[in-house]
Amino acid sequence: MLVIICPNCGPRNSDEFTYQGEVRPRPDVNTTDPAEWRRYLYMRSNRADWVSERWFHVSGCRRHLMLERHTVTNEIRDVEPVGGEQA
Amino acid sequence: MTKTPRYSAWNLFRKGLSRSPWPRVLDHHELEPSYEVVIVGGGVHGLATAYYLARNHGITDVAVVEKSYIGSGGSGRNTAIVRSNYLTPEGSRFYDRSVKLYEGLADDLNFNVMFEQRGHMTLAHSDSSLRTMRWRAEVNKLEGIDSSVISPEAVKELAPFLDVSDHPRYPILGALWHPPGGIIRHDAVVWGYARAANARGAHIHQETEVIGIDVIDGRVAGVQTSRGPIATPTVINCTAGWASLVAAMAGVTLPITTRPLQAAVTEPVKQFLLPVIVSGSLHTYVSQTSRGELVFGASVDPFASYSTRGSLEFATGLATHVLELMPAIANLRMLRQWAGLCDMTPDFGPIIGPTPVEGFYVDVGWGTYGFKAGPVAGEAVADMIANGRPGELIAPFSLERFEAGTLTAEKGAAAVGH
Repeated sequence: MLVIICPNCGPRNSDEFTYQGEVRPRPDVNTTDPAEWRRYLYMRSNRADWVSERWFHVSGCRRHLMLERHTVTNEIRDVEPVGGEQA
Repeated sequence: MTKTPRYSAWNLFRKGLSRSPWPRVLDHHELEPSYEVVIVGGGVHGLATAYYLARNHGITDVAVVEKSYIGSGGSGRNTAIVRSNYLTPEGSRFYDRSVKLYEGLADDLNFNVMFEQRGHMTLAHSDSSLRTMRWRAEVNKLEGIDSSVISPEAVKELAPFLDVSDHPRYPILGALWHPPGGIIRHDAVVWGYARAANARGAHIHQETEVIGIDVIDGRVAGVQTSRGPIATPTVINCTAGWASLVAAMAGVTLPITTRPLQAAVTEPVKQFLLPVIVSGSLHTYVSQTSRGELVFGASVDPFASYSTRGSLEFATGLATHVLELMPAIANLRMLRQWAGLCDMTPDFGPIIGPTPVEGFYVDVGWGTYGFKAGPVAGEAVADMIANGRPGELIAPFSLERFEAGTLTAEKGAAAVGH
């Protein structure tokens, strides 16, 4: 069982969260072209290592979180709310 | 290379009388300094590619490099279901060729792969899924595939243990019935291809891990392995689970996220379930092997991972769903559960073809449907290597489609797969 320590709710089962995938730089929508945009949409590094990810606490505080997870061992560290600390 | 004896009742009888031992099935080869073609991954895709390269095109200077033992990845972890009732014409055509190859495989390879065409039944639990199944059936019929929508009464007749009443939360409203679908012994398919490829001269190197791919001026020059370097102009990435990592060695990025898929098997019981039963709404599929065990699979885990550890969520979720379909098996005990790695693509279609690096080809992104495509993928990839370009059957599955925006639309028939 994967436990994520939510900054708002404390340790919770990963079942309560929605996985939103690895964080990747988003191209500037004003200057991008379709090929670059599709690369952003579809391509993934898919590393077997520590990866920065976004998760959404859908059945909890409904806040978006950034965290680092090791994709081989599933260890989790550095859970932070997206956009920094806020009430 | 020793001559591979034919497997037959006569030879079994003769060997039994003379008590002479059967020779080793796979020859051990030293790593040659160079090969014409290096195939990364000794699963059904890699071994089938080696076999068809030799059989159809006479290319035998081939090495299959496998970091563990053959069939240790997805080829030995899948739930061994074969079918071709996909949603899109290109998908249906492709998998139908695979079913045809599987039908003749035991003769072709001289190896009993135990293909049992027990029929494949996908249950509909809502009006919308019944509608998709009618659509699928019509697409399938146009491609000449035996596939039709049947009533709950017909479902009950084919699989008497299913609860077709209106009591369950997800009642059975009908099903897509696909008689040519069935189950096969997946290890035998791997061994059969390995034996036949070996007999035709391909070198199969087990416990040989690829640790680097040499690219010079945008062209493949060789691979670095744990047993030494190999010079080669052609490398085919036939891995599953590690596809992104192997491609990254050549500097190629793929649109893949790797997710574990868990499966489980029960203790063996007397035969009671003939067809393969699939329920998309309940995220499960079940079949009974010829040994009597029930084999269950689920959809992929909810997040990307390279871990193959099982989870309690899977076991409890599976039991809940399966008991909703077949309340009578409540007392069956689960023997074991395991996981395999699935390379999921954004459009639930595979990626087969050349890459921006010349000489580096991929046959990856097989998600939850790689095993059933093994023969056709091997045949098509061998054809592509021999002719220098992808054939008609695999043209829709190119890597460029993601940048060009011409994705396939197979999710409706492949998302819960099998």
